Amino acid sequence: MPAVPSRRPTRAAGLASGVLALTLAVAACGGSNVAGGGPTGPAPECGAYAQYGDLNGTTVTVYTSIITPEDQPHIDSYKSFEQCTGAKIVYEGSKEFEAQLPVRVQAGSPPDIAFVPQPGLLSTLVRQTGAVKPAPAGVAANVDQYYPETFKSAGSVDGTLYAAPLGANVKSFVWYSPKAFQAKGYTVPTTWAEMTTLSDRIVAEGGKPWCAGIASGEATGWPLTDWLEDVMLRENGPQVYDQWVTHAIPFNGPQVSAALDRVGSVLKNPAYVNGGLGDPSSIATTTFQDAGLPILDETCYLHRQANFYAANWPEGTDISENGDVYAFELPPINPATPQTILVGAEFVAAFSDRPEVQAFQSYLSSPEWANEKAKAGTALGQSGWVSANTGLDPANLASPIDRLTAEILQDEGNTFRFDGSDLMPGAVGSATFWRGMTDWITGTSTADALTFIEQSWPAGQ
Amino acid sequence: MTLLDTRDDATPDIVTAATTRPATARNRLSSRWASLAAVVIAVLWTIPTFGLFLSSFRPERDVQRTGWWTFFAHPAITFDNYAEVLFGGSQPLIGYVANSVLITLPSVAIPIVLATLAAYGFAWTTFPLRDTLFVAIFALQIVPLQVALLPLLEIFVGSGLNNTFWTVWIAHSTFALPLAIFLLHNAMREVPAELVEAARVDGAGHVRIFTTIMLPLLKPAIAAFAVFQFLWVWNDLLVALVFAGGTSDVAPLTVRVAELAGTRGADWHLLAAGAFVSIVVPLLVFLGLQRYFVRGLLAGSVKG
Amino acid sequence: MTLLDKLVQLLVAVAVFAAVLGVVLLVAGRGKGRRAEQVAGIAFAAPAILLLIVGLLYPAARTAVQSLLDARSAGFVGLDNYIRIFTQPDLLIVLRNTVLWVVVTPILATATGLVYAVLVDRTRFESFAKALIFLPMAISFVGASIIWKFVYEYRPNQQNIQQTGLVNQFLVWLGFEPVNLILQQPWNNLLLIVVMIWIQAGFAMTVLSAAIKAIPSDVVEAAGLDGVGGVRLFWYITLPSIRPAVVVVVTAISIAVLKVFDIVRTMTGGQFGTSVVANEFYVQSFRLSDLGMGSALAMLLFLLVVPIVVYNVRQMRKANAR
Repeated sequence: MPAVPSRRPTRAAGLASGVLALTLAVAACGGSNVAGGGPTGPAPECGAYAQYGDLNGTTVTVYTSIITPEDQPHIDSYKSFEQCTGAKIVYEGSKEFEAQLPVRVQAGSPPDIAFVPQPGLLSTLVRQTGAVKPAPAGVAANVDQYYPETFKSAGSVDGTLYAAPLGANVKSFVWYSPKAFQAKGYTVPTTWAEMTTLSDRIVAEGGKPWCAGIASGEATGWPLTDWLEDVMLRENGPQVYDQWVTHAIPFNGPQVSAALDRVGSVLKNPAYVNGGLGDPSSIATTTFQDAGLPILDETCYLHRQANFYAANWPEGTDISENGDVYAFELPPINPATPQTILVGAEFVAAFSDRPEVQAFQSYLSSPEWANEKAKAGTALGQSGWVSANTGLDPANLASPIDRLTAEILQDEGNTFRFDGSDLMPGAVGSATFWRGMTDWITGTSTADALTFIEQSWPAGQ
Repeated sequence: MTLLDTRDDATPDIVTAATTRPATARNRLSSRWASLAAVVIAVLWTIPTFGLFLSSFRPERDVQRTGWWTFFAHPAITFDNYAEVLFGGSQPLIGYVANSVLITLPSVAIPIVLATLAAYGFAWTTFPLRDTLFVAIFALQIVPLQVALLPLLEIFVGSGLNNTFWTVWIAHSTFALPLAIFLLHNAMREVPAELVEAARVDGAGHVRIFTTIMLPLLKPAIAAFAVFQFLWVWNDLLVALVFAGGTSDVAPLTVRVAELAGTRGADWHLLAAGAFVSIVVPLLVFLGLQRYFVRGLLAGSVKG
Repeated sequence: MTLLDKLVQLLVAVAVFAAVLGVVLLVAGRGKGRRAEQVAGIAFAAPAILLLIVGLLYPAARTAVQSLLDARSAGFVGLDNYIRIFTQPDLLIVLRNTVLWVVVTPILATATGLVYAVLVDRTRFESFAKALIFLPMAISFVGASIIWKFVYEYRPNQQNIQQTGLVNQFLVWLGFEPVNLILQQPWNNLLLIVVMIWIQAGFAMTVLSAAIKAIPSDVVEAAGLDGVGGVRLFWYITLPSIRPAVVVVVTAISIAVLKVFDIVRTMTGGQFGTSVVANEFYVQSFRLSDLGMGSALAMLLFLLVVPIVVYNVRQMRKANAR
């Protein structure tokens, strides 16, 4: 998933630490053995890090696609680990990560740890290079204890767990403006029918309800794959969704067509889109970063995009339940299917099984790290980052939308499904699926677009 | 293969052009309509760049909401765009400017040094397989650099050079060598044989002939190639993307500006300023060394 | 890396190549006689030849082999990758676009350059006029793509929204609806091609202008005495005289066009049916890490260049023979 440039500075940074963090801190006070706290920062509590042992003099290299400004909280969140264990973490972020990582791996000089943004790339690396090390016991234990099953299976290849999730996002969100809704007397829809009624009402009042944009450089099209996945889940339920993702049913089968046509009933409807941006085909040329911004001008009212879109609102936007913008869950279509949340995540793959690498891997899958990272992000005023780790205390997250996301991820009543395009073979999920959806929004028929993608599915996968 | 005669064209000097002899039979085309057509083409060719130039100085809001031509009705100028792209943010362009310079200088110098040596070897010495090798090098010109990228990358990664400037330097140098050797060889063959013979009679060895006769006489040819190669390297995206990757450590301006165009499609004011920063250096080089550039270009027209 | 580290790298590079230069001159300068003569020759040529073998010849050979292997370069698949290029519908569009680029760009760029060269030849502002057309040559493809974004940009026809792209502003001034130009398949390919023409016309103009000036003046004067002028002079005297130069220009631009991927990548990312072989090469090799397919596409580029170059060389031989 393309990293989203953050434009929003500090807000509500000084929230109280949560219960969990407090307990941790108290527990840590017992046997703390402070190793070389620098003169500038306060010495960390090292109790929770004792399990990783003494790693003095070792180095772990980390290679990621996460670049400035989002990389700073990551680097900050390693400080306690570095100070307590003595290990040194070398962080390198690159925009060309996805192109460079396979090359480095194949040439035999991989990093110790890579944050792989898609499970599809993870399975390619595992199957094609054999260089990815299975997750150590510490990671496996953490994943079993703290992560929903969906995330575990997305980090596994052929039944073996290779990577724990790092950050996670909830994709089934519709952004709206609580202030505008209040002023106009709209209410947040709880079913698809209500959402259609609301859309029609906005049209009747002379507005355009929806805005969307899928332009994203060479990844153009990906927001539409999320749309289709979300509607697949709601139209046909998670079982059919799983069959679709694993190609047990054809990509151009009737269930998929029905789902895509339903997406079309919104996005290809000239009365519904594209608020402030043009006709439906303008979706193809509007960058995904800009696509939701007309909500602020009230030239559109609804924008389906993941929680990380929080980073794209301009400085000073109040993102909260009664603020300028907020988000609700994309409502269900079929009452017979359980409400399912579409999620995504990046994964921590290791190319070495040295003890310090495994220790750091385990640390990254622990609740301690998730909370450290949340606090580091809050300290820098960044929002849009959440972990699926159930040990994460939502109170450590600064922004209401991040807390909402964390609560959805931790709600055991929810069913989750992983972003399908990320699970499909790369030739489909990162190529023809994007291209097919882009063609579809610019005029290709549902049948032709889906058949094009179906034909590109690699034989035997 | 002959190189076209290049001596009398595109003289950068407007005065010379103004004093050329008056209309002859050659310019019967230059009627009123012909002049008009010329002006139309010239305007079409200039307006896009002018639009970018103007946009880069307009305030963010103006750039987002209106076209650059409205500037004439509501003039407003700011240097904020440049301040922001050059020095603002977490990845200021100024660092990439430095990378571009650091990439370009050796990528121009290395092939010149190696090619001058090789050209002399092929032109004025004899050794086994000399002519066969020269033809082979000439033929290498038609290999598109895409063909060599992937294995070359593996070599670099395998040798631990990845993510240093060395990869880009070596790649650019290699890809430039066939053309450079060919051009400089031709220029060296044009040096009168009597000059070389006379030097030999005086007891000069190859080294002395190379340094005291060839190098001074070859200055224009070297300069022509240098300008050509400079623009090629400075403006390159593919080699930089593959070998330098996207890290701010080694990536040049083109990579960053292309990235801006992809991820910041909406920040037109920054895009305009960033693009102009990236083209201003080659424009200055072009304007300053136009004569050499034209020669390099004419010679480079055989590049494969 | 700090700037200091980078400068150190630069200095090391300078030192290494100074050392190479020193060794070559040292070896070449030793002794006299036939043997020493040969040693000197090899010493001069060796560094370049070595670099070419490691950096170009060996990689090209490996790519040729890889194009016959599967995505991970493990299994032999014969010509499967090539067959895929010529059968998959999206790759067929890529091929169609590449043909369009190779046919349209050289012809229009050369025609524009030629007409302009003739028009401004021997006029008072020749140098200045030429510089204007020539300037885009110095601009990178990436820079040019951004420049042309400001020409093609589209804004919807809604209240209070003004056009920011020049073409659409003209459409609106003339009373038409604005058009989202970059989406109009297959015409959007021509919009990208225009950028390349804009860059290459200056090159064509320079070379052809030099050729026109090289036409012997007695030929032109004789024609003038016979009353041949204007357009006829151009068709019957100028054009035949500069035919070899036109061939050079057309082929050179064709070759350059085959390899262009910067414009497509920056302007559309290959979307909306605008991808070309060079762009697809990058996508397959690096984003989809399908080494076999990427190599096959690179080889295809090579195969497409060969006939163009062969034709070019033949034409020049003919010209020299005359």
